[in-house]
Amino acid sequence: MNARRVPAGIVAAGLLMGALPFLKLPAFYESFLYLALFWIVLATSWNILSGYAGYFSFGHGAFFGAGVYTSATLAAKFNWPFLWTLPMAALVAAAIGVGVGAVVFRVRGVRGEVFALLTLAVTFVLATIVGNTPIDGGPGVYLNAVPVPKLGPSPTSSLYLMMLAAAVVTLLASWAIRHSRFGAGLFAIHDDEDAAEVMGVPTYRWKLAALAVSCALAGLAGGIHALFISYVTTAETFNLTVPLTVVLMSILGGTRHWAGPAIGAVAITCLLFAFTGGEYAVLGKGVIGLILVIGILFMPEGVMGKLRRKGIGSLSEGAARPHLHPHPNPLPQAGEGVRQPASEVLLRVNGLSKSFRGLKALSNVSLEVRKGEILGLLGPNGSGKSTFINVVSGHYLPNGGEVWLDGRNIAGLPAHEIARAGIARTYQIPRPFAQMSVLDNVAVAAMYAGRGLPSLDAGRREAMQWLEFTHLAGKAQSLPGELNLHQRKFLELARALASRPKLVLLDEVLCGLTPTEIQSAVEQIRRIRDQGTTIVFVEHVMDAVMALTDRLVVFDQGSMLAEGAPRDVMQSPAVMSAYLGVAHA
Amino acid sequence: MSFPSWTLLSQSVLSGVFAGALYGLLGLGLGLSWGLLRTINLAHFAFAFLSAYICYQLAAVSHVDPLLTLVGIVPLMFALGAGLHWLTDRFRLTPFSSLLLTFGCMGIVESLMQTLWTADPRKLESHYAEMKFRLGPLYLPIPEVLTLLLAVAITVAVWAVLRFTDLGKALRASAEDAPVAAAFGINQRRNGFLLAGTCSAIAGIAGVCLALSSSISPSQMYAWVGVVFAAVMLGGLGSALGPLVAGIVIGVSEAVTMAVTSPSWAPLVSFTLLILILLLRPGRIR
Repeated sequence: MNARRVPAGIVAAGLLMGALPFLKLPAFYESFLYLALFWIVLATSWNILSGYAGYFSFGHGAFFGAGVYTSATLAAKFNWPFLWTLPMAALVAAAIGVGVGAVVFRVRGVRGEVFALLTLAVTFVLATIVGNTPIDGGPGVYLNAVPVPKLGPSPTSSLYLMMLAAAVVTLLASWAIRHSRFGAGLFAIHDDEDAAEVMGVPTYRWKLAALAVSCALAGLAGGIHALFISYVTTAETFNLTVPLTVVLMSILGGTRHWAGPAIGAVAITCLLFAFTGGEYAVLGKGVIGLILVIGILFMPEGVMGKLRRKGIGSLSEGAARPHLHPHPNPLPQAGEGVRQPASEVLLRVNGLSKSFRGLKALSNVSLEVRKGEILGLLGPNGSGKSTFINVVSGHYLPNGGEVWLDGRNIAGLPAHEIARAGIARTYQIPRPFAQMSVLDNVAVAAMYAGRGLPSLDAGRREAMQWLEFTHLAGKAQSLPGELNLHQRKFLELARALASRPKLVLLDEVLCGLTPTEIQSAVEQIRRIRDQGTTIVFVEHVMDAVMALTDRLVVFDQGSMLAEGAPRDVMQSPAVMSAYLGVAHA
Repeated sequence: MSFPSWTLLSQSVLSGVFAGALYGLLGLGLGLSWGLLRTINLAHFAFAFLSAYICYQLAAVSHVDPLLTLVGIVPLMFALGAGLHWLTDRFRLTPFSSLLLTFGCMGIVESLMQTLWTADPRKLESHYAEMKFRLGPLYLPIPEVLTLLLAVAITVAVWAVLRFTDLGKALRASAEDAPVAAAFGINQRRNGFLLAGTCSAIAGIAGVCLALSSSISPSQMYAWVGVVFAAVMLGGLGSALGPLVAGIVIGVSEAVTMAVTSPSWAPLVSFTLLILILLLRPGRIR
């Protein structure tokens, strides 16, 4: 099983490379290898937030620079032993990153592009502050007098060994995060942040955590590099070379693979080396630009993405594939326990309101959902059914009212906390995480929503059971794009069920299905209820509604029109006029 | 920190307005292509600087009147912009990929400019720069006044086209919902090329203004990225008047900051404004 082999391999490669300086190689090789390792650390650390979670940062230069100046200041002005400055460099960079992230990630509208540009701005802000305060003050900081820690036979080899250690740590972190519960959450954020939040992923905290790790590693590299260049200036530190190069390296290598950025880093470092010196340096910049252009156009997934497509590099995907031994069906078979719709209330909604710029989508809605029942939610288009689901699941903040689940008011809580409290939902138009396997799609919900599971392996095992339940087990390793609509609806269902929720909100799961598919879906929903899960069922297919539901609630223009047993409700005059129009007789 | 005199302060505000006009002129095309074409065009800055260098070359070496160079620069930039749009359109790039792609283009153009004109700053000495007139105690340099006039004229013209003509309505409709707009018979391909070309042509005009009023060096274009994007985001994506207004607000705040503290603090102003707006009015930026 290569779950243990990869980290062992990284450490072994590190040890082997650590022996190089003692073979008395010319210093030239050490500098070259140092630079390659330097870029490996920077590109790989960048990738932990930007590649995994999809928030491209152009501010990596700022966080790297924070490390450079922390080490330079502490070592040159306060005479700290150099090695002690490195943890501080990582810490300061991480603190700045978290500070920026705490502001930027709090704003809901800030997604990809705006984030990229804001982080670009951070670089210049930091450069201005450093340049105008005694940290630098203009002339730059010299580290000539700082003694290089004696780790290897020569100062160059000591620096090389330090960067090697940093690279090993960074690659281990990158690998570990890629194959963890945390990593799966980041990939879910990458594909669909709202859906991730609804599946229980604490998106805000996860983005901050990824940013912190990413910045700390960049700061560490910066600290070491300060001593390597031994004279630091704001102009050389806070420019666009670092962000441009790391973006390029990661894109070229592939951002979805833990080793992608490292591979890109080695390739580009070799290339840059060919262009060093005088005239060629200028040309190098153009060549990098050209490679970036060609990469974006013809190889948007990078080298590792290409390889995986061809099935060669599938090691990471297959690594933690769960063992397929037959599981007992997670649900008791229908009819196992004869169900009595209890009168106990699971969800109580009081005076819930939501308006969009004056349009009242929900006004003063109060209703109850009882334990173990299927409550049908009906109403013409635009009557507020989907808004109701969006507000209860935390996708929208309500303007007023309370939502009590098991004695706890969950109105206004972030969506991931509502998911953890035990409410799951499906989307009317399925929103799978497009670049994660079907199995991992379900595993994310199993790991994060409801009571949650502590590890990716446990999540995948649980997910497999739900894929079997929804007859998708054969598609576990496919991407959602390869499923048909019926299967994608069932994937939504599997994701909602995988957290073993107390309450499932089904938003038009039958819409668009053929009559036979509806038949099998109705059976499926019955089995879900028989296990004890309470269901709110929004649907237009009347046969299914009448067959499944215990009670009906009808919405019209954002408020409740009727409530009661299905037959009574459908025959009430108010409902008939809302659906069929007023009789003019 | 000492409080400057009123004359100095008014002069700062005035120079802030002039600087803001250039931010607005650069931001206009950037914001339009972001908002209406979903292309985040960093090459916009490269186009502007390339135009500035071409203007410098023609005026300083071949002694053409700097303003006459526009005759050649505008069509050239239009073609470059349309060509870039062909790429982003042909490969169906997302806004983000377009940002990376044009980042690459910026590197290529920088390398080209550095090869042709070296990394040293160049300053165009034109007879416009010697013309200046005074308004009471205030001093008005002609290149800056020209920039302001051009910025206002072009901004108002673009605003009017977007608001009142069928073409403008078609462009806004396509930005809001491309498939529906196409179903109503809007020729999006043609409109896209037209808009992309126009945005770059405006960048070309901004470049000439830049060459007239300040010294240029290839790496300087990165310094403009932050401020101009701040103006675009403050002004609103796809808005015609927004970038100019926001640009002038930023320009004036920067100039006053420089007068009251020291010039090196100026870069902080635009980003502070941007972050404040982000926090206070998050809906402003989409």
